Amino acid sequence: MIGNRKSTMENLSDRKRPAMHVAIIGTGNIGTDLLIKVLRSPQLDCTAFVGRNLSSAGMMKAASLGVNTSPASINFLIENPNCYDLVFDATSAKSHQVHAPILKKLGKLVVDLTPAKIGLMCVPSVNLTDSLKESNVNMVTCGGQASIPVAYAIGQTQTGVDYIEVVSSIASRSAGPATRQNLDEYIKTTEDGLKEFSGATRTKSILNLNPAEPCIDMQVTIFAKVQSPDIEKLAPVLLQQVETVRKYVPGYEVILGPMVENGRIVVMVRVRGLGDYLPAYAGNLDIINCAAIAMAEEYACVADVKGER
Amino acid sequence: MRHNHKIRISDPTLRDGSHAIGHQLSAKQIAAYCQAADQAGVSIVEVGHGNGLGASSLQLGESKTTDSVMLGTAKKNLRSAKLGIHVIPGFATIERDLKPALDLGVDVVRVAVHCSEADLCERHISFCRNQGAEVWGCFMMSHMISPVMLLEQARKIESYGAEGVVFMDSSGHYLPDDVRQRVEMCRDELSIAVGFHGHNNMGLAIANSIAAADAGATLLDGCARGFGAGAGNTQLEVLIAVLERVGYSTGVDLYKILDAADLAEHVLMKEIPVIRSVSVVSGLSGVFSGFLKPVARIAKEFDVDPRDVFFELGRRKIVAGQEDIILEVAKDLATRAAKGAI
Repeated sequence: MIGNRKSTMENLSDRKRPAMHVAIIGTGNIGTDLLIKVLRSPQLDCTAFVGRNLSSAGMMKAASLGVNTSPASINFLIENPNCYDLVFDATSAKSHQVHAPILKKLGKLVVDLTPAKIGLMCVPSVNLTDSLKESNVNMVTCGGQASIPVAYAIGQTQTGVDYIEVVSSIASRSAGPATRQNLDEYIKTTEDGLKEFSGATRTKSILNLNPAEPCIDMQVTIFAKVQSPDIEKLAPVLLQQVETVRKYVPGYEVILGPMVENGRIVVMVRVRGLGDYLPAYAGNLDIINCAAIAMAEEYACVADVKGER
Repeated sequence: MRHNHKIRISDPTLRDGSHAIGHQLSAKQIAAYCQAADQAGVSIVEVGHGNGLGASSLQLGESKTTDSVMLGTAKKNLRSAKLGIHVIPGFATIERDLKPALDLGVDVVRVAVHCSEADLCERHISFCRNQGAEVWGCFMMSHMISPVMLLEQARKIESYGAEGVVFMDSSGHYLPDDVRQRVEMCRDELSIAVGFHGHNNMGLAIANSIAAADAGATLLDGCARGFGAGAGNTQLEVLIAVLERVGYSTGVDLYKILDAADLAEHVLMKEIPVIRSVSVVSGLSGVFSGFLKPVARIAKEFDVDPRDVFFELGRRKIVAGQEDIILEVAKDLATRAAKGAI
């Protein structure tokens, strides 16, 4: 559990276990932001940051931080299988389709940040422990990480959840080329995640990019059509979910609702990032990366307890 | 400058008009208007939810009639006119929405993105091209970036293989010179066609459309009686008459388009679009015309002035599709007002 991790780590600290070795594939906005978070984690150690272009902004950033980089992408991981135990895939859905079987054959743990959705979908505030049983977990999407805790709370407290719709608005600057190319996959994967975690009959996901300067914070609105909305029942469960998310995404907050407007339940959340690679407005980068780190750290803890490393 | 070239007419009465009636078009209404527009010689008839394919939602309003029924009905009732759709990536996906639409016989796809985000439509445009459909790129809210930036975005649309690019004045914010400058720039720098889609918030939709034609645009949008979001669109039957007077040929029969407009008034509309006070503010503040109805509803619920809501949305540079933010802004204004009162 997320709340218990610290205490687990304290108990284990005297054993001085080395951090889990991780590789990051994909050196765009997501991969680079993830790298900075990995470097901060006492349980994770980045041993390879691989992509296709050594002169990309992300690669140069990694090199400046003294991280081992390679332009050989997946081939580097194939040729150096002993330097890492876990791979974060921050490429694209199409690329992950190729990477997943290779990494499986190599026996590596995979935290997939693309919307490829090959492994079990993981939203740490909801199913972190279940996800540990899997060797490939999918972090859904940024919109999914922001909305599913709310959709889950709705699913847990309301009856007759007919429809859940999620509208995400993100700053144009926070959406790199792969994110833009993957728009359809983003929508489909977010919708699948919402359905799975809320039990709603129908779901819909919408994404808006807003180019305003100064950049807008990531904002996500969750609408739900249920038999008879019960806000009193929803509020405490929602609060609990939000508190749990805030343990790994400090900038996550409800800014409106839960309320009933025009016959529908409405909850609006804002996600401010930690400002690691892109500034704080890029909450979309932050929330999926923080969720991925939470997952990887959990893997690392379990490996420690089992003494596998 | 007068070019007197041929102008192709695209008619989104049955798409943009959906905004004016909460997306409640019925198959019967679609059939009736399609026949009338087709007989008048309109080149493209656009049909669907106000925000296009796959856009029926709580965010924007749910359609009374499904996309497939709307498109199937329209197709059956068009003989010479092409069936067009408006497609916004982020709402409509290729698999779920676009493929079935093309299977139903859609001829012209207009892929619409916020003016600075051309790359979002690359996949949708390529897909349509590969399927043999005619495809255009449309820039919504095109007043929000400079002409030079707009040209840069239009170059991308050209590189994706689109037939042309349409500048949408989604807020009815442009002055004729703004339109002329942008269209001329693209005409000089690009080899693809240029189109214009006007809104009438400031009473300039016809003037802006003529400015576009004079600057070299070859495709103009117009809606019967101006039936469209907010203050309405360029009024189609007036546009045809004015184009004829200026000397452009459209291939549209004047009497028959006047008949189609009369029919539209009786069959489609609860009220003829007029420039209401709030629409003037919507145009001035540069906010998407489709926000008119939700702003009116939510401002009433929160007891705030809809004009303040529009100016605040404009200040925050909210784009089409971000209707959920209206709630936040209204609540914010209400909270501030309550604090002020204490």
